[in-house]
Amino acid sequence: MRIVVCIKQVPDTQKVKVDPETGVLIRNGIDTKMNPYDLYALETALRIKEKTGAELHVISMGPDAAKAVLVEAMALGADDAWLMSDRRFAGADVLATSFTLAQGIKTIGDVDLILCGKQTTDGDTAQVGPAIGEVLNIPHVSWVRKLIEADEKGLTVEQEMMDSVAHVRLNYPCLLTVEKGIFEPGLPSYLKMKEARKKEIHVLNMDKCDCRDAKRYGLSGSPTQVEKIFEPTYDLSSVRLDKTTEENAQALFEKFVELKVIEGGK
Amino acid sequence: MRPFKKIDVQDIEVLRTFVPADRFFVDNIHPDYSHDEMMIYGKKEPEVVIQIKSAQEASNIMKYASEHNIPVTPRGAGTGLCGGCVPLEGGIVLNTSLMNRILEIDADTMSITLEPGVLLMEVQEAVKNAGFLYAPDPGEKSATVGGNVMTNAGGMRAVKYGVTRDYVRGLEVVTPTGEILELGGKVAKNSSGYSLLHLMVGSEGTLGIVTKIIMKILPSPKKMTSLLIPFDSLSSALKTVPEIMKLPEVATTIEFMEKEVLDDAQEFLGKEFPNRNYPAYLIVSYSGNTQSHIESMLDMATETAMKCGALDVFLSDTAERQESIWNARGAFLEAIKNSTVEMDECDVVLNIDQVAEFVDYTRECSNQYNVRVRSFGHAGDGNLHVYICKDELDDETWKKTVEEVMDKFYIKAKELNGQVSGEHGIGHAKKKYLEDSLGETQMTLMRNIKRVFDPQGILNPGKIVD
Ligand SMILES: Cc1cc2nc3c(=O)[nH]c(=O)nc-3n(C[C@H](O)[C@H](O)[C@H](O)COP(=O)(O)OP(=O)(O)OC[C@H]3O[C@@H](n4cnc5c(N)ncnc54)[C@H](O)[C@@H]3O)c2cc1C
Ligand SMILES: Cc1cc2nc3c(=O)[nH]c(=O)nc-3n(C[C@H](O)[C@H](O)[C@H](O)COP(=O)(O)OP(=O)(O)OC[C@H]3O[C@@H](n4cnc5c(N)ncnc54)[C@H](O)[C@@H]3O)c2cc1C
Repeated sequence: MRIVVCIKQVPDTQKVKVDPETGVLIRNGIDTKMNPYDLYALETALRIKEKTGAELHVISMGPDAAKAVLVEAMALGADDAWLMSDRRFAGADVLATSFTLAQGIKTIGDVDLILCGKQTTDGDTAQVGPAIGEVLNIPHVSWVRKLIEADEKGLTVEQEMMDSVAHVRLNYPCLLTVEKGIFEPGLPSYLKMKEARKKEIHVLNMDKCDCRDAKRYGLSGSPTQVEKIFEPTYDLSSVRLDKTTEENAQALFEKFVELKVIEGGK
Repeated sequence: MRPFKKIDVQDIEVLRTFVPADRFFVDNIHPDYSHDEMMIYGKKEPEVVIQIKSAQEASNIMKYASEHNIPVTPRGAGTGLCGGCVPLEGGIVLNTSLMNRILEIDADTMSITLEPGVLLMEVQEAVKNAGFLYAPDPGEKSATVGGNVMTNAGGMRAVKYGVTRDYVRGLEVVTPTGEILELGGKVAKNSSGYSLLHLMVGSEGTLGIVTKIIMKILPSPKKMTSLLIPFDSLSSALKTVPEIMKLPEVATTIEFMEKEVLDDAQEFLGKEFPNRNYPAYLIVSYSGNTQSHIESMLDMATETAMKCGALDVFLSDTAERQESIWNARGAFLEAIKNSTVEMDECDVVLNIDQVAEFVDYTRECSNQYNVRVRSFGHAGDGNLHVYICKDELDDETWKKTVEEVMDKFYIKAKELNGQVSGEHGIGHAKKKYLEDSLGETQMTLMRNIKRVFDPQGILNPGKIVD
């Protein structure tokens, strides 16, 4: 059995800072780290590996510096690491990112299970996981908060659905995105870390992918145009509605119309 | 002097005038005032509780109390572990926890001036926000700094930074007869006669009431990283400690723990520990200013640990990882307490190369007496906390067992040239062991010192010495 965990390197800060002039993320001088959700995905993979003896690969798309998170993943127990790095991958949106990662996973080959974090702490879209599943045309379940069973054939998982909980059985090959807290992530072994630094990381460029159509990758494969990136402003203000239910409902409706949350009168 | 005077209506009338009504309690005294965190050592209710807000108030109360032979017991947050703040003779409990202002953080002298009721977590936070380090780091963050000074509290960072005493530069103290003294100050050193300041530190409220504290603060290291090092037995973990201590860089922290205690902590917190399946661990932390400096320390410690038989070395290098191991470590005492109906504690300190022998001995006793014993502690200081748990034992067997086993622990500690308490103090619970350990000459000197400060013996009677 073979498992692949997708890992992204993100800025090590609670608040993402944006250059107000250029609208570009300020990455200089900021330490980086493994996307926290991916630690949970990796730990889930390690538990399944413990049970099934699966082979565990990690993959990341990013610049050369992203090797650091792959080394860390190996120190945590991954067997092998893959970096997707190519100038032609730059400027990717969710569609191109997922397409690229799916190509990498195909190159690894014979993959039974793909694990992603629920979301990242920088891009934050929570779309890459399911999108990889769609590209590969395999079943996928998001927001998994509990692994109920893992065997040679497939998995039974518990999925958090906001107002309900679903138990889902999937056969391999399949993909999960996991919630924080599914398992407590372990600590990296300092000894394995030193070994991993010497170990070769497989670097994949477009030429090593199944699809070599440059229009599917990077900026040219990205239909989404990000118009502007800005820091979210938090100007919370609260209005207290404490009349009758009907009056409150009317007041709430008018407020929503005023704030253009919904259109009025139609 | 015994017998002390019971507080009567007239006393209450006068005492009431020293503080506003909302800080004076007679009939509606909260039951917590009758004990600290170790109820096994017994409870005793005060007759009056007064919450003071100034040295002058303390002075007025002490003057009246000494004129009328009324016992007074100072109290901070009541998190002590040896009955120190329990009013054994009734009388007045004088609570300093409302004196909770931080008066000054002075970067030019690297000192902080504060009132005794400021909580440890508050002072740590305030000093951190000012860009410095408050170095002492006892486990219970809701203790007061006054309590910490009076018990000379230790904690997790003592290997590198020492204990609370090492940071006290000045104290304002109200004597049992009501005088207000200024001891020391902001000065960094002091060779001016006997150090009354250091006599006061660790005196557990038997020599004076602390009303103001000046402490040293340090520049804050930029990074702190911990190693979690697993071993196949506690004894091989503990034997590694002296080797790590010999390295050219001093560790900030060296703690030991066993799987059983970790299991209790996981259950207590309802949270998994980030590492499983090893019988024993050391946690070794290093602090420094650059990644490469810290890494060189980690390399040396790793190499040493592996030579001593470590099974692996795990890295805790992010805020989340540090939280997951230190939250577990911080919960040990409460977790053991939670795992049984009653327990008793032994807080001996030994030469650091003899901790392993002592722990093995506690195991033998545990087997011999058929009683559950748990331990964890500050391996780098030779200070361990050993707990005897009641579990299923009936009251009679428990009383007998705990007494016999404790006696054996303290006798063994003395044989190894250890001391009765590493950081929790003597209170009234450990008095007997102190006498056995120090012998008549030292005890007489201590009693005489107590008499000089407190001729009538009204301040915290029954603690440390009689
Ligand atoms: C500076 C900057 C500029 C950007 N510019 C554009 C732009 O011009 N147009 C646009 O559409 N989008 C842009 N993005 C967004 C970018 O496309 C997303 O960051 C990327 O698609 C990943 O999405 P996400 O971070 O939201 O991942 P999520 O969907 O939140 O991640 C879920 C999971 O997918 C996996 N995953 C995600 N990314 C990777 C990766 N790189 N390698 C391995 N696994 C991964 C991880 O397991 C992760 O936990 C930009 C982002 C940044 C930070
Ligand atoms: C979970 C837990 C973990 C702990 N971890 C540690 C640890 O790591 N290291 C450690 O050393 N201790 C530890 N302790 C013990 C305890 O927190 C310390 O002894 C602490 O210093 C007590 O402070 P307090 O404010 O609660 O004092 P109290 O318990 O109220 O009093 C302690 C003693 O100080 C005297 N006193 C208090 N305030 C004054 C004052 N203003 N003037 C004169 N005398 C005064 C009292 O009379 C009493 O004798 C722990 C306790 C718990 C419950």
